[in-house]
Amino acid sequence: MDDTINDVKDKKSFKDKYSKISEKATPYIFIAPFYILFLIFGLFPIVFSAILAFSKWDGIGDVQFTGLENFKTLLADTDFWLSIKNTLIIWVIQTVPMLVIALVLAFLINLSIVKRKEFYKTTFFLPYVTSVVAVTILFGLIFSNQSGLINAVLELLGKEPIAFIDSPFWIRIIIALVGIWQYLGYNMIIYFSGLQKISADYYEAAIIDGASNYQLFTKITVPLLKPIILFTVMMSTIGGLQVFAEAQVLVPTNATAEGGALTIVYYIYQTAFLQSRYGYGSTITWGLVVIILIISLINWYLTSYRIKGEDD
Amino acid sequence: MKKLSLSTIVIRFTLIVGAIFSLFPFYWMIVMASRTNSEIFAIPPYLTLGGHLIENTIIVLTETNFFQAFLNTVFYAVVSTILILFFDSLAGYTFAKMKFKGKKILFVFLLATMMIPGQINIIPQFIMMDWMGWVGSYNALIIPGMANAFGIFWIKQYCENAIPDSIIEAAKMDGCSTFGTYWRIGIPILKPALSFLAIYSFIGAWNNYTWPLIILNDESKYVISLALTRLQGLYFTDYPLVITGTLISTIPVLLIFFFFSRQLMAGITDGAVKE
Repeated sequence: MDDTINDVKDKKSFKDKYSKISEKATPYIFIAPFYILFLIFGLFPIVFSAILAFSKWDGIGDVQFTGLENFKTLLADTDFWLSIKNTLIIWVIQTVPMLVIALVLAFLINLSIVKRKEFYKTTFFLPYVTSVVAVTILFGLIFSNQSGLINAVLELLGKEPIAFIDSPFWIRIIIALVGIWQYLGYNMIIYFSGLQKISADYYEAAIIDGASNYQLFTKITVPLLKPIILFTVMMSTIGGLQVFAEAQVLVPTNATAEGGALTIVYYIYQTAFLQSRYGYGSTITWGLVVIILIISLINWYLTSYRIKGEDD
Repeated sequence: MKKLSLSTIVIRFTLIVGAIFSLFPFYWMIVMASRTNSEIFAIPPYLTLGGHLIENTIIVLTETNFFQAFLNTVFYAVVSTILILFFDSLAGYTFAKMKFKGKKILFVFLLATMMIPGQINIIPQFIMMDWMGWVGSYNALIIPGMANAFGIFWIKQYCENAIPDSIIEAAKMDGCSTFGTYWRIGIPILKPALSFLAIYSFIGAWNNYTWPLIILNDESKYVISLALTRLQGLYFTDYPLVITGTLISTIPVLLIFFFFSRQLMAGITDGAVKE
């Protein structure tokens, strides 16, 4: 034992200077990869995109600086506004029912009378691991205009078939439904683990006072889960406003805003990568950033307002 | 007593309906993959398994580049997962267990980068990939994401409680280098956290679509999500083949889920509820 300590001491005096410098530098070297990659692939692109937003560029010739031209075009661009409308509609009809149902399911599974909790949790969570492309293709076929299961059922019931994919009204619902199916269980297990942190005493006291399940849910569960609910709302906002793959797989070509499937990111994709208008595509991107910022501010405002309300 | 049993029935019914909603699409995927095209158009529809699953599978795997895409995706997902595990655990361990100037600011900065919406950079990133000659290359898929903020955050949180400082001190006394301590002491203790990060990263890579769609232009390099949409374009009237491809592409993630669902669910809820 003494020998080893002496060995270490010898080593230390031998490479004292070297080891001191390297010891100081080591942590920075260990964390450097993230920061280097972020500078190159995160920060620089943001700056570059800001420049492009004021420019006209087809990716081959020179970048032409055009000042506010793109932003004027953007504000007058009906496709842009309709793509915002599509995105917001899809976001609302997906997020609201999904989070409400997820919360109710988590509450029910947490009830003591429910057996096989693990089975339900696992079953609801399963769709989360599937790929958005696979799920969208599957749902696209279930709602297919020609031979989809839903239209077959409608036909058996003597109803007219519905052209789900071509209808601006239905396509938004189907895109939202794909999202609900994939992320319902994800949100549910997050709520469930939050519920398990709520002490059973609250519920027992309320039950003794004669509270119904509905009252337990609205008076105990929802208020105590508020921070977690806000987390899921924020996650669903960031994800929902960037919806793209579902729309693009269901309507791979000729998506128009009137068709209902043209979301903001889909419009960016079309403009930049199908038409090579990188400047204007960047301008639309900044439009999306502004919308995400506004909605995040609203979220933030609601949060701080509610916290203040709790303090009173 | 009667009232209670009524509400129990309603609750059970709700949960069963929910479970059917979750499971039915999987069942329907297998039903469609096991039928012929004419059977799929039949009214009333066949609700049970048909006898053509193997036949459809062979057609998809031999007549298209689907099998190639499957192998490509395995390569891409495995390589990017290994790199993420290494760089994230090294940085997470450093943040949790080492002292250095500016640590707090650097970590807050790292957390802040998580708030940047991913899609806002796709145009300039694509142009940069073009400059670097990475369009059409897996470099563009793997390298930008190989050290990511979420994983570093995750490992740091786990590391703080899991590795006692005394062990690290002892290793130092024994002459273990800083990297050696991370590698021989940190990694084994971090295994549970790493296994979640591995599953999470692998599934993320396996299902990735938007970025590969923009970057990969050569069909021989397609990943499976692109091969699926390609299949949809190729056999747009032959639904069983399209859905067989969908089924094949889903099997790996289902297998992972079958073996690791507990870790995956625990990891996801830990990440959300702690914040």
